[in-house]
Amino acid sequence: MRILIPVDEQVKDTDVCMSFGRAPYYLIYNTEDSTYEFIKNIAAASPGGAGIQAAQIVVDSQAQVLLTPRCGKNAADIILGANMKVYKTLNPSVQYNIKAFLDGQLNPLTEIHPGYHNHGGN
Amino acid sequence: MQQLLVLSGKGGTGKTTVASALIQLSQAKAFADCDVDAPNLDLVMHQTVEPMTTNYFGMAKAIVDEDVCIECGQCQKQCRFDAIVHDQQRETYFIDHNACEGCGVCKVICPVGAIHLESCIDGQLQLYKAERIFSTAQLKMGSGTSGMLVTQVKKQMMEQAINTDFAIIDGSPGIGCPVIASISGVDYVLIVAEPSISGISDMERIITTASRFGVKTFICVNKYDVNTEYTDKIEDYAKRKHLEFVGRIPYDTQAVKAINQGNTIVDIDCASGRAVGQIYETIKKRL
Amino acid sequence: MKIAVLSGKGGTGKTLVSVNLASVAEKASYVDCDVEEPNGHLFFKPMIEHVESVKVKIPKINNEKCTGCRKCVDFCRFNALAYVNHSVKVFEDVCHSCGGCMLVCPENAITESDKPIGRIERGISEKVQVHTGILNMGEASGVPIVKQLLKNDTREDELVIIDAPPGSACIVMESIKDADYCVLVAEPTIFGTQNLSMVHELVELFEIPFGVVLNKCLDEDNPAESYCNDHKINIIGKINYSQDLAVLSSRGEIVSRIDPQYQTIFKLILEHIVEEVGYATTSRT
Repeated sequence: MRILIPVDEQVKDTDVCMSFGRAPYYLIYNTEDSTYEFIKNIAAASPGGAGIQAAQIVVDSQAQVLLTPRCGKNAADIILGANMKVYKTLNPSVQYNIKAFLDGQLNPLTEIHPGYHNHGGN
Repeated sequence: MQQLLVLSGKGGTGKTTVASALIQLSQAKAFADCDVDAPNLDLVMHQTVEPMTTNYFGMAKAIVDEDVCIECGQCQKQCRFDAIVHDQQRETYFIDHNACEGCGVCKVICPVGAIHLESCIDGQLQLYKAERIFSTAQLKMGSGTSGMLVTQVKKQMMEQAINTDFAIIDGSPGIGCPVIASISGVDYVLIVAEPSISGISDMERIITTASRFGVKTFICVNKYDVNTEYTDKIEDYAKRKHLEFVGRIPYDTQAVKAINQGNTIVDIDCASGRAVGQIYETIKKRL
Repeated sequence: MKIAVLSGKGGTGKTLVSVNLASVAEKASYVDCDVEEPNGHLFFKPMIEHVESVKVKIPKINNEKCTGCRKCVDFCRFNALAYVNHSVKVFEDVCHSCGGCMLVCPENAITESDKPIGRIERGISEKVQVHTGILNMGEASGVPIVKQLLKNDTREDELVIIDAPPGSACIVMESIKDADYCVLVAEPTIFGTQNLSMVHELVELFEIPFGVVLNKCLDEDNPAESYCNDHKINIIGKINYSQDLAVLSSRGEIVSRIDPQYQTIFKLILEHIVEEVGYATTSRT
């Protein structure tokens, strides 16, 4: 299973990024071989529709699960439409959240916030 | 860091006057002016240092290479924003950057590849870094992407003010992109309303916009004595919408004097300053 | 003749001036281009005769023709398209209606349909034809509404007063670009003066003749007046701050219709403008 998390830096002990659409990188943890890979999020620099472009990147990465503190409506439509599962992170630690997810302690993300209506909202 | 954003809906209700007073009263170590179209906060915040400026690059816009252009006019035909003009003398078409939206249609339609897209400087980010962090920006005239610049102004403030627990943001008027970008991620919104028919109409629109984000909202009325009947209406409205009404500020010529001398209304002793002082005490209990 | 009334800053009295200029004329149209927060209609309370929807084009995908090449997704600079579950999804709220996706699709799988973004209400208040543009909340740009508002061909002798949005962004430019004269309304604070300088720059850029109306004047030194004097800008009117005027305005009253003093003030301003535009037109020929 591939688990994707928005992060601030390309290291496995970094913090979960508070923004999904404008996170600088996405970390993907592969449960089968316990490896990590990172994708640069080019949507972060986008003037508008960042969540949409970010969601496209996430869906194309073929991860099955997204762990994130928040997610906008446009991105959620794409991610859930691709049959990915989205869970809400509990704290800034990437490692903590991966373990919590695998132990079944994370809840699905249910509060999807309204779109930031393009042109550069965070 | 807790963030309080001051909004109004209608322009000219006293957002900056109130925000600047709150900054002084709360001794906030970080504040920002997100009214990037028409920034004003710098005029009353007594900066002691020069700002550090960074160029802000907006949305990429089209540029025609006139040496390659064969004047076929296809670009102008397809442009939906009336952004392409023919210059007969220079034997080329060229792009009006104020109208160009950066869609890229002209680039794909051009048969000779004469058009490319390039980000231009659309404004300046400014950072005053002293005992307090003050982040602001100025958008160039005619620029479209103010939402992105607003986000950068906030980001700049948050990145610099690491050990600060409270920040105040002076927002922009209206209900559009820059306002929405400024609401994102804040904890509290204070709406400065004006007791007039247009003021109420605009206040309702901004409240509807802000409510989509589920942020705790306070309302106060400025220049309340111009129309106490409407002021009461606003207070009732706040109750009905379960928003907290935090106070009334009188019209005060002393306020104009203070502002014109580059001071906030709490830097001098005046009625409006005292009223904002009380509003601050009310809000403080809720933070 | 088209006269645009603008101010860098909101709340300086743009609507006061534009509504009253339209009211004191023999016959005029008042066009409210401040489509995010239109206010003129609150004063005119016009009898609405006609409402029209303003629409923009949004792509419609024929998924049966779509081969999943993603050329449209890659092309769109606004990220309004995404490819998920073997189909293209359109995000209307970020689409800029450029029509590009339709052009790049190799399978002709994209057509367009209309999406309303706002409306225009047209009505009458005494001798004034009132045109109000209203942008739906949540929509990105009011520019298509302003375009539609100002599209109607007006005869040379018709007077059109345009109430422009505050600021100096694209929508303001769209509102004033074909004006014969611009009235800049300024308030006597340093905030107002800073913003006056912005719109001053704008009208100089567009090379439109202009003049300043100083509003809410007090006995104190007026930084906006000093600015005008320093830059040799024509001051075509001065309106003193008055509690009565503020109260009447707060109630949505058109002061020139109820107070002869204000009728005179605004008539003089209008005459001044007409004279200046006439002069400008003859000096250009």
